[in-house]
Amino acid sequence: MNLIEHLPVLQVILPLLSAPFCILMRGHMLAWAIAVVASGAAFAVSLSAASIVADGATLTYAVGGWAAPYGIALEVDAFSALMTMIISGASLLALIAGMASIRQQLPEEKQSLFFAAWLLAMAGLLGISVAADAFNIFVFMEISSLASYVIIAAGPHRKALGAVFKYLAMGTIGATFYLIGVGLIYLMTGTLNLDDIALRVANVSDPHPVLLAAGFITIGLALKAAVFPLHVWMPAAYNYAPHVVSAFIAACATKVSLYVLFRFDFTVFQPNLSGHEFQFGHFMMPLALIGILFGAIVAALAKDLKRLLAWSSVSQIGYIVLGASMTSEAGMTSAIIHMFNHALAKGGGFLIAMGAALYYTTTRFSNLAGLGKEHPWLSGAFVVIGCSLIGVPGTAGFISKWMLVNAALEQGGLGIFIIAVVVFSSLLAVIYVWKVVELFYFEPRPEGASSNAVVVKTPEKLLFMMVVMLVAAANVWFGIFPGEPLALASQAASMLTGGAL
Amino acid sequence: MVEILNIFIMLMLVITALAMVSSRHLFVTVMLSGIFSLLIAASFLLLDAADVALTEAAVGAGISTVLFLGALALMDVEETTRGVRRIRMVSLIVVAVTTIFIVHATFYMPAFGDINAPIHQHVAPWYIQHVPIHMDIPNIVTGILGSYRGYDTLGEVFVVFTAGIGVLSILGDPIKNRQHRPAHNRGLRHYLIPRLVGRMLIPFIILFGLYVQFHGEYSPGGGFQAGALVAAAIILYALLEGEDKALQVIPMRVLYIMMASGALLYGGVGVAALLMGGNFLDYSVLASTPVAGQQWGILLIEMGVGLTVTGVLITIFHAFAARSNL
Repeated sequence: MNLIEHLPVLQVILPLLSAPFCILMRGHMLAWAIAVVASGAAFAVSLSAASIVADGATLTYAVGGWAAPYGIALEVDAFSALMTMIISGASLLALIAGMASIRQQLPEEKQSLFFAAWLLAMAGLLGISVAADAFNIFVFMEISSLASYVIIAAGPHRKALGAVFKYLAMGTIGATFYLIGVGLIYLMTGTLNLDDIALRVANVSDPHPVLLAAGFITIGLALKAAVFPLHVWMPAAYNYAPHVVSAFIAACATKVSLYVLFRFDFTVFQPNLSGHEFQFGHFMMPLALIGILFGAIVAALAKDLKRLLAWSSVSQIGYIVLGASMTSEAGMTSAIIHMFNHALAKGGGFLIAMGAALYYTTTRFSNLAGLGKEHPWLSGAFVVIGCSLIGVPGTAGFISKWMLVNAALEQGGLGIFIIAVVVFSSLLAVIYVWKVVELFYFEPRPEGASSNAVVVKTPEKLLFMMVVMLVAAANVWFGIFPGEPLALASQAASMLTGGAL
Repeated sequence: MVEILNIFIMLMLVITALAMVSSRHLFVTVMLSGIFSLLIAASFLLLDAADVALTEAAVGAGISTVLFLGALALMDVEETTRGVRRIRMVSLIVVAVTTIFIVHATFYMPAFGDINAPIHQHVAPWYIQHVPIHMDIPNIVTGILGSYRGYDTLGEVFVVFTAGIGVLSILGDPIKNRQHRPAHNRGLRHYLIPRLVGRMLIPFIILFGLYVQFHGEYSPGGGFQAGALVAAAIILYALLEGEDKALQVIPMRVLYIMMASGALLYGGVGVAALLMGGNFLDYSVLASTPVAGQQWGILLIEMGVGLTVTGVLITIFHAFAARSNL
C-alpha cells in the first residue's frame, strides 16, 4: 500500500473515524488525547500533501475505485493543501493550548461528546477542502455545520444557545441555497463532478438555470462565509462559543465556505458564462468594501475582547472577498494569502482571549485592565498579533495588505479608491488594537476585579504559553519569510484564474 | 391518470405548506408537517423513487413527528408573535423575489420526463448498464448509494451520528435528566386497548425493518429505512410501557455503542479495502471475485448504516422524553 497515493482520503478519514472512538471512551482525558493525535495526524498529512502539490501538481483519488464522474473524486491542489493546513493546524494548536480552558468551561462528563463533535467539525471542513464533487461538498458541509453548532453551544454561556440557533437557521438556509444551486446544475448537465460540470456547462441548452444556480450558490456560500451583510450570525456565535472553539472556528470555518465559493465561481461559472467575471466582481466588491469599514467601526466600539475580535473578522473577511472580487491573478493571490495570514492572526487573537479568561474569568474590557503587568508574556503576544491584524510591516498581515494594494494598483482609477478604503480601515484597526494595548499596559488593575477563576496546572500553562508564543512568532516569521504559503497561494491563484483569463 | 394524481398531490402540498406557515398553534404545525411528509412521499412514489419515498415516510412522517411532539412537550404550544411583524415584511419580499427567479428559470429547464434531458443522458445510462456487471444486484439505487457514491453515504451516516452527539450534548444524558414518577403513571400502561394492539404490532414492525435491511439489494430499502423502522418499534414500546422500561431493554450504554459501532463498521469496511490493496471503500478487493466483494461490501455497510440510524434515533427520543413527562 502506497501511502502517498492515499493522502487525499487519509486527510478526511483519520479525524472522521476517530470521532466515534471518542464517545466510547469513559475518560475525558483519553478523548482529548484522541482528538490531539487525530489533529496531529491530519496536520502531518496536509504538510506532506502540500510539499507534493506546491509546484502545481494535483493529487487525485477515486474513492471506491470508481473513476469520476461515475464515482466520487477527491482532489488536492495548492489551494486545498493550504486550506487543509490551516484547518488541521488550527485544530491541533487550539486543542493543545485549550486544556485548562476546556476544564474551566465544560463539565467533565460532556467532554468526550465535545471532542467527538470537534473531530467531526474538523473532518467536515477537511472533507470540503479535498472534495472535487459538488454534492460531496454538501455532505461534508452538513457534517461540519452540525458539529460546529454542537461545539459552539457546548459552553457555559446561556446566550450561546440563542446565538447558535441563529447560526443554525442561517447556516441551514445557506446550505439549502447551495443545494438548490447544485440541483439546478445537475438538471442542466447531468453530472456532479466539478471538472465534469466545468466541461459540460459550456454546452447547456439554455444558460438561464445555470445563471440562477450561480446566484443561489454565491448567496448560499456567502451566507455561510459571513460576507457582509450576511454576517449577522457570526459575531454572537464567536463571542459566546467556548473560548477554545472560538480560536478554532474563527481561524478556519468561514474561510472554507469562501474556498468553495471561489473554486466554484472561478472554475465553473467564470470560464463558461459570458460576462460572469464582471457580475461576480461588481456584486462582491461593494459588499467587501462596506464590510471592511463596517466591521472595523463596530470592532472599534466593542467593549469585550472576543466581541472585538469577532467584528474584526467581518472586516478581515471583507479583505479576502475584496481580493477575489478583482478577478485577477494578483487579486486572488492576495485573497488566498490573507486566508492563511488572517487564520494566524485571528486564531492567535482568540487564544489570547482564552488566556485572559483563564486568569480573569471574562473577556470584558472592564475586567482586563492591567493584564500587561500581571501577565507580560501574554500581553506581549497580543501586541505582536495586533500588529499582524493591522498589517504592520514585518508581520504576516503586512504581506497580505501589500499584495492587496499591488493587485488594486492594476485596477486603474478604481484601485486608488480601493487603496483609500484599505488604508482607512487599517487606521480603524490601529484604533481597535490600541484600545486593547492601552487597557493592558496603561490602566491599573481595578480594585476587587475577579481573577484566577480556575487553578491552572503548570503543564497546562506551559503548553498554553508555548502555543501562544509559537503563533505570535509565526505571525512575525511569515511576515519576514512568506515563502511557502505565498508560493502555495500564487500557485492556487494562477490555477483558479488560468481558466478565466 | 398519473398526471391528475400528481397535480392533486402538488396542490395539497402547497395548501399544507401555507397552512403550516399561517398556523400559530405548534401542535397543528407538527401534525401538518407529518401530512406534508406523507404527501411528498406519495409524490416520490409516483416518480418511481420508491427508496426515497420509503425513507420520507419512515423518517419524515414517522420519527420526526414523534420527536417534534417530544420537543413540544417541553415548551408552549402557542407561537409568540412578539417582534415578528417587522421582520415578516422583509421575509415576504425575499421569498417573493426568490420564487420569481425560480419560476422564471423553470421555463428554460428540460421538460418533465424528457428522455433527452441531460440527467438521462450522462451518468444515469452508465449506472443502469454497469450495476448488473459490477455488483449483479437488481436495485440500481442501492448500487449507486452503496458503492459508486458510497463515500457520500458514509458522510450521511456521520451526519446522523453528529445529530445524535449534538442532542446528547445539548439536552444532556437521559439517565441523569429522568423525572421520577410512580410506576403506574408511566407510559400508556393503564390504557388496555392501545397497549395490547401496540404490543402486537411491535414484532411485525421489527420484522419488516429487518426485511427492509437485508432485502435492500433486491427491493427498495436499506439501512436508513430499516434503522428508522426498528427505532420506531422501540419508541412505540417506550410510549406504551414507559420510557424506563425501554431503557431496560436497550440501556444507554448499548445505544452509545450502537451509534459508534455502526459508523465504525462502515468506515472499517473502507479501511479494510484500503489495507487489502484497493482504494478506500473499494469493495471489489474484499472477496475472491470483484462481484462477490461488492455484494459483501454493500451488505456490511448497510448493516453499519442500520446500526447507527437505529441507535441515534432511539437516543434522540430518550433525550427528549427524559426531559418531558412522557
